[in-house]
Amino acid sequence: MSDFSEDLLRPTKEDDPAGRSVRSGSGMRLPWLQKHVESVPTRGKKEKDFAQTTSACLSFIQDALLKHQWQRAAEYMHSYLQTLEDSDSQKRQAAPEMIWKLGSEILYYHPKSSVETFNAFADRMKNIGVMNYLTISLQHTLYLLHHGLLDDASRNLSQAETWRYGEKSSSQEALINLVQAYKGLLQYYTWSKKKKELSELDEDDYAYSTASQNMFSHSWKTSINFSALIQTPGVWDPFVKSYVEMLEFYGDQDGAREVLTNYAYDEKFPSNPNAHVYLYNFLKREKAPREKLISVLKILYQIVPSHKLMLEFHRLLRKSDQEEHRRLGLEVLFGVLDFAGCAKNVTAWQCLAKYLRQILMRSHPAWIQEEWNSRKSWWPGFHFSSFWAKSDWKEDRALAYEKAFVAGILLGKGCKYFRYISKQDHQVLRKKFKRMKKLVKKHSIVNP
Amino acid sequence: MDREEAKELRERCAQCAAVSWGLTDEGKYYCTSCHNVTDRSKEVLNIEAIPNAKKQAINRGLKVRKKHERGWDWYVCEGFQHILCQQAEALKALGVGPEVKSPVLHNLWKRYLQKSQQAYCENPVHARKRKAAAPGSPSASDWESEPALLSEASGPSLGDSGADGRGRPSPPGRASQSEMASVCSGSLDGVEYSLRKEKGLVKMTVPATLALCGLALLWQREALALSDLLRFVEEGHIPYVNAFEHFPEEMKLYGRDKGIFAIEAWPSYEDIHRKMIEVATFLDLPRFPAITEDCYLHPNILCWKYLMEVNLPDEMHDLTRQVVQMAGLGEADFLTFDPIGTRARAVKYDVQAAAIIVVVLKLLFLLDDRAEWSLSEIAETYNEENREDKPCFDFRKWYHVMKKSFDEKKQKWEEARAKFMWKSDKPLYHSPIDRSVAHKRREMVVNLQKQFSTLADSVPTAAKHSPSSFQFSWAGEVPGAACFHGHGLQGILSRKGRSLRTRNALYWLSTQRFCRSYCKHVTTYEESNFSLSYQFIMNLFSFLLRIKTYFLHEEVSLIEKRLFKTKYSKPKTKPSRSRKVRK
Repeated sequence: MSDFSEDLLRPTKEDDPAGRSVRSGSGMRLPWLQKHVESVPTRGKKEKDFAQTTSACLSFIQDALLKHQWQRAAEYMHSYLQTLEDSDSQKRQAAPEMIWKLGSEILYYHPKSSVETFNAFADRMKNIGVMNYLTISLQHTLYLLHHGLLDDASRNLSQAETWRYGEKSSSQEALINLVQAYKGLLQYYTWSKKKKELSELDEDDYAYSTASQNMFSHSWKTSINFSALIQTPGVWDPFVKSYVEMLEFYGDQDGAREVLTNYAYDEKFPSNPNAHVYLYNFLKREKAPREKLISVLKILYQIVPSHKLMLEFHRLLRKSDQEEHRRLGLEVLFGVLDFAGCAKNVTAWQCLAKYLRQILMRSHPAWIQEEWNSRKSWWPGFHFSSFWAKSDWKEDRALAYEKAFVAGILLGKGCKYFRYISKQDHQVLRKKFKRMKKLVKKHSIVNP
Repeated sequence: MDREEAKELRERCAQCAAVSWGLTDEGKYYCTSCHNVTDRSKEVLNIEAIPNAKKQAINRGLKVRKKHERGWDWYVCEGFQHILCQQAEALKALGVGPEVKSPVLHNLWKRYLQKSQQAYCENPVHARKRKAAAPGSPSASDWESEPALLSEASGPSLGDSGADGRGRPSPPGRASQSEMASVCSGSLDGVEYSLRKEKGLVKMTVPATLALCGLALLWQREALALSDLLRFVEEGHIPYVNAFEHFPEEMKLYGRDKGIFAIEAWPSYEDIHRKMIEVATFLDLPRFPAITEDCYLHPNILCWKYLMEVNLPDEMHDLTRQVVQMAGLGEADFLTFDPIGTRARAVKYDVQAAAIIVVVLKLLFLLDDRAEWSLSEIAETYNEENREDKPCFDFRKWYHVMKKSFDEKKQKWEEARAKFMWKSDKPLYHSPIDRSVAHKRREMVVNLQKQFSTLADSVPTAAKHSPSSFQFSWAGEVPGAACFHGHGLQGILSRKGRSLRTRNALYWLSTQRFCRSYCKHVTTYEESNFSLSYQFIMNLFSFLLRIKTYFLHEEVSLIEKRLFKTKYSKPKTKPSRSRKVRK
């Protein structure tokens, strides 16, 4: 037995935390480490039990929220509120935000909660310190919108707008712009409702002129609300979209173009595919020259090569006079089909099949070869496996046919996909198959 | 609006906490940083700033009102006396003999005031200060007028039973001093008190009041161990956190008083135990009444209690008694606290009793994650074969029962701790200009709490469970929780001649070598080095006593050191052969 007791105790001497951490490896959860970190005294002083209570309380609340136990969360919330009186001023200042986040979550889901309780909570939280007023107002507005209370939401925003503050910090300025923009969005909503009403009215009607006048004043107000926000860098899709719609409606094409161009091309703004989509759609409506459209979509292609506008892009490129563009058209098509989400897109495959034939007939096999080289290793397994052949044939014959043609061109008639599809005996497609086989024989890049 | 005009208002804004006021056209104050308009107007606050208006103000009676706002003049030690008085009352309500409060605690307190030269002495500290301030005053009156707290007629004295201090007039002689002191604290000597640092002085603190209570209980040999005392504090049966809440309305606290009376931690056993020794040495107390075999604090009786608490068989008591005897833990000389002895050392009675039980469990079951389970199997078969007999104690069954109740209890305890409300209804603030902010914040918290308590699941604090020395109950009230008190040890002990031997002949020492450096740690406890059953038992007992596990481990090691002296003196020989247990 004595040996046992020695065994039991020997590790004490050798065991040091550092050695253990090495053994446990990275990426693992280390409960002992967490415990250790928690017990490390902050600011050289022993952590007070008050802090222990609040942090334990917080984890209980988080646990309850995770399990959707709203009552239990509310119970712990009752105690967690004392963080507002923390004697550590740093923690005390951080408390309102935390309480707002937790409390609004609880009140949003709690079965006994109502709009009134939420309003009361939000109003109380807004007035604890100035720094949170606008954030809470905004989130409160979103809550009201979610519950369909548009008037209350609008009133709430107006209140936030007129909130008097001291020296405004830069972060708050952004928030004020956001508050105004949301207000604009609400105005846009009523505007577009009126627009709908208007479209149902007769133009000669007396009501028409007042209604349209009404709309006009609206738009003027809204544009002020939007413009401040839209000029600061950020992603403002819904605001930009509604703003542009209103500008276009009132015939301010130049204004709309300026907004969209700025939104898409200003380097201070984060890269945003939608900005280019909006601009493209606008230019298309304006019937802008092809060159211009291509240049917009080129940027979109760099950001999102699988975007659904890419087929449109391909069509534009195909029709272009420049050889360079036509070559890019092929690249775009291949790029689209690189993505699993587009693998069953019949149009894409159809375009590719057609375009391959066209290119081969114009004798540019080098283009195809170049695109194919980088995909040789993985496309056969990705698109042209016998599994896909079977399932495509079962699900969508047209797709199977186009894919088989492409497979034949790229891999030769010996490839599994082509063989499987061409072996299928089908009354209607027989003629088509014959043509396909002939074409493949003639054009396949495998054995020229 | 003129900013210059509003400089005299030094209060913080309730909205943004800035101190920057302007005046509106109506003469109201508004915050220049957040534009919050208060309902206070200029004239009332402005009086002190305009010298000519002073006379007018006195005529209007504003000074009087202000005086009332400031409350009584009081000394820090009076605050502690209040707390002690409440604690003594609470102890009385818990069933402790009335002698604990008076005369024992009363005398201890008196002695403390005397030793720390705050009262009952020729030249108390307060008087020294005052004499320096006003050299003309007669020194003869010191005895009466200085902390008048202990004259039985006034204030909440420990001696008299009526503990309310209503209607105590503030001594007029202190006015000048209070004027100055009250700037930074509600009490008269809060600033001096927190600055006071003398060699050998043990300053009174809120934890130290518990140490005084502990000493009083020990003196009276009351059936309340220190861990029980601290547990009652934690459960709120004895005032401790926010004890100042119950001060009379007129005793205002702020500024330095906050540091003295606000408590943001539960008392820890180690800390209070150390303080007890410290205070006792400082007070120069004589040897305490001897702890004899009929005292609650004697290990034999405490072991009984803890065996019952953790649902272990009564028969184990014979073994604990033998361990006590062999290790010499039961002698009055060892047990009695003697502060002026050569080395002041107080036995941790409750921790020691728990450690004795751990040692006995190790003797019986070895607790190496093997022996105890094989012994359980023996017990199980024995029980199946002899259904009529007294059942034999089955460690495995006990473990399952205990583990379940322990986990539940601990979970509840953790939840209660997470829900604990630290903040008092009387908010404390650093300086008078923070006052309104603190109150406003408090109000806000209360409002929010109201809102969330209506959404809570259960009614909070439905019934604060009544205080009890036992935390578990096994007497058949809880279905499914088997009671093991009546079980026997026949399967674990084997008869050999006239003596009984433990079937398990092995033993391992919790600590092999003791630390001899100055860190004061006798040994360390690294949980993962020990068997799971040992860990469980350590956790169970340390939870019961609300102490850190290593603290209990240390005590176990110390008992083993006394028990196996030879093994420690000759470290080369392997520890322990079988031990005979005579019956």
